[in-house]
Amino acid sequence: MINKKFKDTLSEVCSGPLVSVDIKILQVNVGYLCNMACKHCHANAGAERQEIMERENIEAVLRVLEETDINILDITGGAPEMNPYFTHLVREARRIGKHVMVRTNLTIFFEEGKEYLPEFYGNNSVEIIASLPFYMESEVDRVRGKGSFHKCAEALRKLNSLGYGAEESDKKLHLVYNPSGAFMSPPQETLEADYKRELFGRLGVSFNSLFTFLNMPVGRFRDYLIRSGNFEKYMGKLICAFNPETLEGLMCRHLINVGWDGRLYDCDFNQMLGLGVHSSRGQRIADFDYQELIKRTINVEEHCYGCTAGRGST
Amino acid sequence: MTGYYKDEDLDRFGEMGKYNQELFGKFMSWYTAALEPGVLNKREKVLIGLSVAHAIQCPYCIDAYTKSCLEEGMSLEHITEAVHVASAVRGGASLIHGIQSHNAADKISL
Repeated sequence: MINKKFKDTLSEVCSGPLVSVDIKILQVNVGYLCNMACKHCHANAGAERQEIMERENIEAVLRVLEETDINILDITGGAPEMNPYFTHLVREARRIGKHVMVRTNLTIFFEEGKEYLPEFYGNNSVEIIASLPFYMESEVDRVRGKGSFHKCAEALRKLNSLGYGAEESDKKLHLVYNPSGAFMSPPQETLEADYKRELFGRLGVSFNSLFTFLNMPVGRFRDYLIRSGNFEKYMGKLICAFNPETLEGLMCRHLINVGWDGRLYDCDFNQMLGLGVHSSRGQRIADFDYQELIKRTINVEEHCYGCTAGRGST
Repeated sequence: MTGYYKDEDLDRFGEMGKYNQELFGKFMSWYTAALEPGVLNKREKVLIGLSVAHAIQCPYCIDAYTKSCLEEGMSLEHITEAVHVASAVRGGASLIHGIQSHNAADKISL
């Protein structure tokens, strides 16, 4: 079971390879530097990482946004806020009318020199996707390090005070759940109700939506699976849970991912595995060819079972 | 789980149908139906399963229902509370039988 290739599974339900549908989002990983070292991180991000997107590639990203109809910039990392050109990227993208989403770990707000971030996000109408692996302190601190839950709680309260997370507010604040181990995610609707009840009850915190993601067998989480003897069972479970109905909505079919060094990928997981996009016109942001990329075949491997398991996880 | 109970034996559960497939099939249908959401939702059912697993101390059930609880969005705090309920009911069951002991003593006491 564990050896069943994703391509073979795909060929049983599709007449051809997985191809791009459109490019609505430019997802940019601005570097693997991070103030945290979470156990589930697929990017192996941490304080020791040196990979940071330089100004040249930041400008190339902005050029692509300006010259195409791609309306959404999705900034990720690492802790993206640690890139020295981060605020420039956000401001310029907003200036040319693009919607900006940032994936933040929340604890970055308390690092020296980063205290401006909540107001900066509010002033630039940035949509915030914040990682919070659970609504209980013990679980969060176990995965992300001691004291992280309290920092997240304080950051969320600050964002709420700026208008983020209220139902009618245009300042959107979403939370992300990841399982704290080698098991599948709970149903999103049920867990969202738990998060809303518990976070409001315990901390007085509100947010808009909860996204439940699966941990991909990539990076630090893959190392954990192998080290703990859970790899085969976990992969077996993902393969058994393959759901062809998830294929239409897969994020890789609707975005292009840009690595810290300007290389193009189908998703952030492919980036970590070094699986570049299929394109005859070049594989870097500087060579971006919308018409070519919108027709591309998606590069799939075994980790793709993670995004196609059960209700899907993208 | 080492020694008498082996992890991999749970995957061999289907072998119990080898000498009587009909009864095993009926058990599996009943088991599956009993765990389907009904008046009780999936989460309530797996939490009951976890409590029973601890009350009967079945290592396979404990492993399986712990995982199910985590996959239903529960944490070790939820699991620990459920185990306390199972333990308390089990402890209470022993304690209430003290009355039987008292009754038995009364029968033969002056």
